[in-house]
Amino acid sequence: MVERRPLNQPRSSLGKDLVGLEGLTSEQILTILNTAEPFKEISERRIKKVPVLRGKTIVNLFFEPSTRTLVSFEFAEKRLSADTVNISSSGSSMVKGETLVDTARNLEAMRIDMVVMRHGSSGAAKFLAERIDSSVINAGDGSHEHPTQALLDMLTIRDHYGKIEGLKICLVGDILHSRVARSNIYGLLSLGAQVAVCGPKTLLPLGIGELGVTVFSRVEEAIQWADVLNVLRLQLERMEGGFLPSLREYNQVWGVSRARLEEAPKDLLILHPGPMNRGVEIDSDVADGPHAMILQQVTNGVAVRMAVLYLLAGGAPDTAEAAKEGVEV
Amino acid sequence: MSGALLIRGGRVVDPSQSIDEIRDVLVVDGVLAEVAQGIDPPEGAREIEAKGLVVTPGLIDVHVHLREPGGEHKETIATGARAAAAGGFTAVCAMPNTDPVVDDPAGVGFVLAQGVAAGAARVYPVGAISVGQEGKRLAAIGEMVGAGAVGITDDGNPVMDSGLMRRAMEYAQAFDIPVADHPEDLGLSGVGVMNEGLVATRLGLHGKPNASEDVHIVRDLMLADLTGGRIHLQHVSTAYGVEAIRLAKARGVRVTAEATPHHLILTDERVEGFDTHAKMNPPLRSSEDREAVREGLADGTLDVFATDHAPHHYDEKEQAFADAPNGIVGLETALGLGLTHLVGEGLIDLPTLIHRMSVGPADAFGLPGGTLAPGSPGDVTIIDPEEAWTVDREVFLSKSHNTPFHGWELKGRALFTIVGGVVVWQAGA
Ligand SMILES: [Zn+2]
Repeated sequence: MVERRPLNQPRSSLGKDLVGLEGLTSEQILTILNTAEPFKEISERRIKKVPVLRGKTIVNLFFEPSTRTLVSFEFAEKRLSADTVNISSSGSSMVKGETLVDTARNLEAMRIDMVVMRHGSSGAAKFLAERIDSSVINAGDGSHEHPTQALLDMLTIRDHYGKIEGLKICLVGDILHSRVARSNIYGLLSLGAQVAVCGPKTLLPLGIGELGVTVFSRVEEAIQWADVLNVLRLQLERMEGGFLPSLREYNQVWGVSRARLEEAPKDLLILHPGPMNRGVEIDSDVADGPHAMILQQVTNGVAVRMAVLYLLAGGAPDTAEAAKEGVEV
Repeated sequence: MSGALLIRGGRVVDPSQSIDEIRDVLVVDGVLAEVAQGIDPPEGAREIEAKGLVVTPGLIDVHVHLREPGGEHKETIATGARAAAAGGFTAVCAMPNTDPVVDDPAGVGFVLAQGVAAGAARVYPVGAISVGQEGKRLAAIGEMVGAGAVGITDDGNPVMDSGLMRRAMEYAQAFDIPVADHPEDLGLSGVGVMNEGLVATRLGLHGKPNASEDVHIVRDLMLADLTGGRIHLQHVSTAYGVEAIRLAKARGVRVTAEATPHHLILTDERVEGFDTHAKMNPPLRSSEDREAVREGLADGTLDVFATDHAPHHYDEKEQAFADAPNGIVGLETALGLGLTHLVGEGLIDLPTLIHRMSVGPADAFGLPGGTLAPGSPGDVTIIDPEEAWTVDREVFLSKSHNTPFHGWELKGRALFTIVGGVVVWQAGA
């Protein structure tokens, strides 16, 4: 489909939308991470607001509940002075009984600039992006991608190690249903990391190894190998799907515990996209331990999302520093 | 139908009689009268000059969804029968997964009557195996056959209970009809929306493994072996499935089977970009599977080239991939795709394609036609094998336009579709 873009929006270095990390170049990914750096500092100020996106209108369109992602996007938008509206499918007659494309076109008729969308169906973000002129940011589509989550994970890893290239990063848990896993795999491989996945085979999608990742069936092996563990949230309804016998057994076999980490040849960085199931995929002594980056991830989430919003609005990567001092896009 | 029709000088390809020569074809009063050289036209006969054209038995598609009753926004029996004629088909078998399901003689009678009223391709009703296609108890199979059903199937909601399937195969034998099955173990398919494999993994779409189809293909072959019944396996898409059918045929199991144009031509790579026009059931498979289906069609393991014509309204396909319904239209593209991509690429020769579209399907469902033998129905398709054309979904006679082949350049199409000696469709007319 031909890229559609209204005349009043400048072309960004990312294209019109951010649908996923698959297909982005390593330069584009690094541009986002680098652009996030100056934005980190805004959140540390007493007045956490710059007029970069003043006059821009952004709709946060959430067909699935996700307080964490929504709040992070909303802070990012507000700290850049955008006008925002939140629409969730549960609380909105606009969405009920209406097709996705009609909802989007209605919003667009109100002359918005961007849509941040969470949707339960893989491909929904691309579907929307191909049908409206506004920029679309994928805040998670089905089991497909959740690009800003992977970007904040990568930013957190880079903060700690000063690089991504050459690091060994293992995603642990339910890879089959995980949009976080897919975005991490695409992004990390693009930046030259070594990537592995680990989990029960019922939760590993067929052919995952062909993406260029190592597959571990036991978490002990992953811990021996990795520099970073990204521990994925286990959806508690997986038991009903027949994927697992019980949460207790999952914790015993695949849970990341301090005892297991003590067997590691080196200190591991621990990431988790949240919300955590303590005592299931991650034990509290790990989650609250010195190597857990979980709150750092949350902080970085706002900066990364500010960077994405800024770049899609046409902001130049090399003027992000100036932008944070109040220059409008 | 009174009157005579003489088709002169075409290349007559009739695999039922192993004819592939320049011949004239004469239809009198709706019935095939003669295939010979230099036939003198009877008084008042209409003549069609077929020099340079291919003249075949009327083509038959044993797997179409005409959606009426209940889904008239997608297709009606009339629009479907006209789309069939435009695609060169003189007869189609209408699947019973309508709303209500065709599971009694009244439903069969309705489909037959609507088909006759359409005055295009013949419409043969296929009844349900089970009441409401719920897989619990047998539908009124004998009464439906009495009313004109040519087979039974629960296509759209396959029979999970193997015991019920066994009973259906036993019971149907009294009426000499095939039990047609959409072979799929719904438990193995789970929430899958495309072929399980690398493409599904990359796109984050849930996959259906080949095994979900293979388990039921093998089950059905075993039940046909056990009962001595006739099984017709619909839209076979896997390498293992083709091989299992090949072995069963060698053992003498009474099995016939279909291949669709899309499984013969496309693979799951086509789902790239979340194109809902590449969503069907069974899903597009790997290139190895496609190769095996092609070999199966070529060597006769798969007897029938059938479309699984599955019209859906624009709005229904205009959704995210997982939310869109399965299926594509096929009646108006099948012949061109077969001529271009199967014959044109040397996978099979023209008589083999025509076999799989005429006598193959006629034998599978015990239909009249599929042959130009004297005394058979005067159903004839006249094909221009050289005409280059571009698939344009906007000019389809089908009510629905859901095709992955829009814009494809094809070579070869039907110029005349003749049912009972009457031209029901003529290109450009
Ligand atoms: Zn089917």
